[in-house]
Amino acid sequence: MISQKNKELAEWAMRFALKQGCSDARVSVYSGTYNSFDYRDTQLDKLEQSSENGLSIHLYVDGKFGAYATNRLDKTELERFISNGIEATRYLAKDEFRQLPDPVRYYRGDGKGLNTYDAGHETVSVDEKMALIKNTTAEVYGKDKRVISVSASYNDGVNSSFVITSNGFEGELDTTTFGLSAETAMKGQDDSRPSSYWYDSAVFWEKLRKTGIGTTAYERTVRKLGQEKIASGVFPMLVDNTQSRQLLSPLIAALNGNAIQQKNSFLMDKLNECIVSDQLTLIDDPHIVGAQGSRWFDGEGVATKRMTVIDKGVLKTYYIDTYSGLKMNMTPTIQGPSILTCKLGDKNFDRLLETIKKGIWVTGFNGGNSNSTTGDFSFGVEGFLIENGKAVKPVNEMNITGNLLVLWKNIIEIGNDPFLISSWRIPSIVFDAVNFSGK
Amino acid sequence: MKDRYCLLNHFEITESDLRKVMAVALEKGGDYADLYFEHTFNNYLALQDGAVNRAGSNIDYGVGIRVVSGDQTGYAFVESTSLDDMIKAARTASRIASATSVVPSAAIDQKAFTNHYPIVRSWEDESIQKKIPFLQQLNDRIFELDARVVKVNASMNDSTSYILYYNSEGLLCCDYRPMGVLAGLCIMQQDGKTENAYASRAARKDIRFLTGELVEQVAQEAVNNTALMFDAIKPKGGEMQVVMGAGGSGILLHEAIGHAFEADFNRKQISIFSDKLGKKICDEHINVVDDGLIDGDRGAINFDDEGIAGQKTYIVKDGVLNSYLHDRISAKYYGVSPTGNGRRQSFRYVPIPRMRSTFMENGNYSEEEIIAAVKKGIYVDNFTNGQVQIGAGDFTFFVKSGYLIENGKKTRPIKDINIIGNGPKALADVTMVGNNLKIDQGAWTCGKDGQSMPVSQGLPTVLVKQLTVGGN
Repeated sequence: MISQKNKELAEWAMRFALKQGCSDARVSVYSGTYNSFDYRDTQLDKLEQSSENGLSIHLYVDGKFGAYATNRLDKTELERFISNGIEATRYLAKDEFRQLPDPVRYYRGDGKGLNTYDAGHETVSVDEKMALIKNTTAEVYGKDKRVISVSASYNDGVNSSFVITSNGFEGELDTTTFGLSAETAMKGQDDSRPSSYWYDSAVFWEKLRKTGIGTTAYERTVRKLGQEKIASGVFPMLVDNTQSRQLLSPLIAALNGNAIQQKNSFLMDKLNECIVSDQLTLIDDPHIVGAQGSRWFDGEGVATKRMTVIDKGVLKTYYIDTYSGLKMNMTPTIQGPSILTCKLGDKNFDRLLETIKKGIWVTGFNGGNSNSTTGDFSFGVEGFLIENGKAVKPVNEMNITGNLLVLWKNIIEIGNDPFLISSWRIPSIVFDAVNFSGK
Repeated sequence: MKDRYCLLNHFEITESDLRKVMAVALEKGGDYADLYFEHTFNNYLALQDGAVNRAGSNIDYGVGIRVVSGDQTGYAFVESTSLDDMIKAARTASRIASATSVVPSAAIDQKAFTNHYPIVRSWEDESIQKKIPFLQQLNDRIFELDARVVKVNASMNDSTSYILYYNSEGLLCCDYRPMGVLAGLCIMQQDGKTENAYASRAARKDIRFLTGELVEQVAQEAVNNTALMFDAIKPKGGEMQVVMGAGGSGILLHEAIGHAFEADFNRKQISIFSDKLGKKICDEHINVVDDGLIDGDRGAINFDDEGIAGQKTYIVKDGVLNSYLHDRISAKYYGVSPTGNGRRQSFRYVPIPRMRSTFMENGNYSEEEIIAAVKKGIYVDNFTNGQVQIGAGDFTFFVKSGYLIENGKKTRPIKDINIIGNGPKALADVTMVGNNLKIDQGAWTCGKDGQSMPVSQGLPTVLVKQLTVGGN
């Protein structure tokens, strides 16, 4: 929670900026407390505990704009900091589109109801947290001679922010996160030491999965043993729900208002056009109670709302903030996605696998990138060769290459297994005719 | 500019404070402890739609306190240098140990290091007025170079870090670390198609970094690389010979072997090179270096974030794996001297082994001879990003643009392909090394364990006889 003292500091900073000649200002104060514990094999490897505070201020002065941040919260220093910021901003070119949002777009609620904060977080003892990572490594350690190393990490964090603007917005957001992860490395072929991981993350301590993370990491490593590259070819590709959001990421980046305005997006001028398979319906659902990513307002204070991003393949909205909206003379929406959900199919992962006669199941991406203006992509992948509905051989050191719009047009089927650990709750997806480069 | 040898006054602390905090850090035992004070000023300036219309800055201040017991680490940071706050953090970090207290050195040994990034004035003392014209010039020059340019995004970042380091052996040292970055993104349209390319330059220098020549370099590179994209194709994918042009191709070393030589991975036995020290791993004419001593280079360090002098480390000497890249913990584990690779993003993080400027020394071939030796393959020299799986050894890097090689000659441009290989094999597959070493001056930033670190990389032109190339 942001202390009353720091809320007053934010208000003071805003008033000081206005007094020094700003026409408008937005001030955010934040605080965070973090704990992390790492365990390796049979002993504690690292413990870290820290807390932090900071203030950021957006200055609108003489039609010009600057954004400044500091963790030095002494008032005398802040006065100098803000004054220097105003002086620097005055040297910039005027930008008539830099404005605070229209106040009618601000969130006006009481900030309650989303359940993003575990009020009991302080009651979890260090001993409980230590026991968790010790037990997680114990699930694996000593159970297989091929295991070289098993490590587990626990982390938790409490983050709070308070935002105030000179045209009438005040908002506060408090969140907690708890995370547990494990990584296992094993002796593979020749000198190879393949590794894999698993993790869980939750808003509430009670909801954090506390057993089986080590075992899952171990199983995910074992199944990689014997990976090899196979011959190049064009195959159906099953991307499981742990990875499918990676392919969505460049699509979402291409919806960003600044990218559109700067002609740096392959989704320019595509609003209300069918851009992907009609099987894909994508919803931004910001108010899921108790979920990571849930929020009432965005970074500008604008109220979030449920919106359809892609409806049966048709692009329905961009993510347009106040600045980009004014620049393009378009109605602003929201800065960026909160929680993304997908209209689900009717098959679970195993049934999706069974539908593929010959193809590749992708379990991980290894580097690569995409071209933001054309949508062309090339990513390294690993996973399994599928034959007659079964995963028959682990594969690695291969690339997939193509164009994102073609790929997303070529959806064969969407699964019913959204990945709930992430705020992008995307299920497993089967794509047709993907170009794999290997031997 | 402040005295770089001692910043006690800057951080409003005394030698007595240092001793008191250190005593608390080691009150439960431990082999070693250190305090890392940092005060960083970051400034940025951005141009869009023809005008320098956005500026900003960020100030970060605090101290990180670390206690090491064997290879275990306790860590805490505070954003204040008041004695009470530091003692509280020291007590937190001390929890890693559970023995009797250790008495740290009472004597303070203030040490000075060779300065590889001397400056005349600090970035934070420079007016924004001096920087703005360079961004405007970059914008104008990019538009001037090609009529197809429709948008330019230009940015300038500078930072100033004041560092004071003190450890339980009594070592006290101070540093001033400057950094400047100039970058341009060029967007062009032709026949209804849109393409972009990005170029940057970075250096540990003061404002003298900004010159007309620098602007010209960034403008030319951004425009030339964007223009190339319109005619570029994707090659047929699969295994093939890859000629890596001099400069940014150092990404091959960084990803394929550099990370796997960082000693924390080897100490934990999870690197594919864990058992290879002293063994021949590639052609005997190959030498690979990680160097922190290149004056003004983005990867230069006077001392690392554990008070170890910057140095030049031969990772591979005459084809033999010569040294890992060590921090204090791994050096102690291996019984060797630290190599000055213990680096951290800020006072918020523990130091871990990181690269500095990683490159391969020159060989004997000209670039023409190397290209001529390839009947069918590709030539690549422009990259955006890469990564590696340390244990499996699989590394990748993304090629923004390059050329096909057909019958010993560069022919059609290619673009947007990922290349994947296996570290030890790729190094062993380097069959020709050019005589044209170039350290790339781009704003390369390396990510590891959630920490970002400025680095540089370089390579003479080399031939790798087989990598897996993405394509149609």
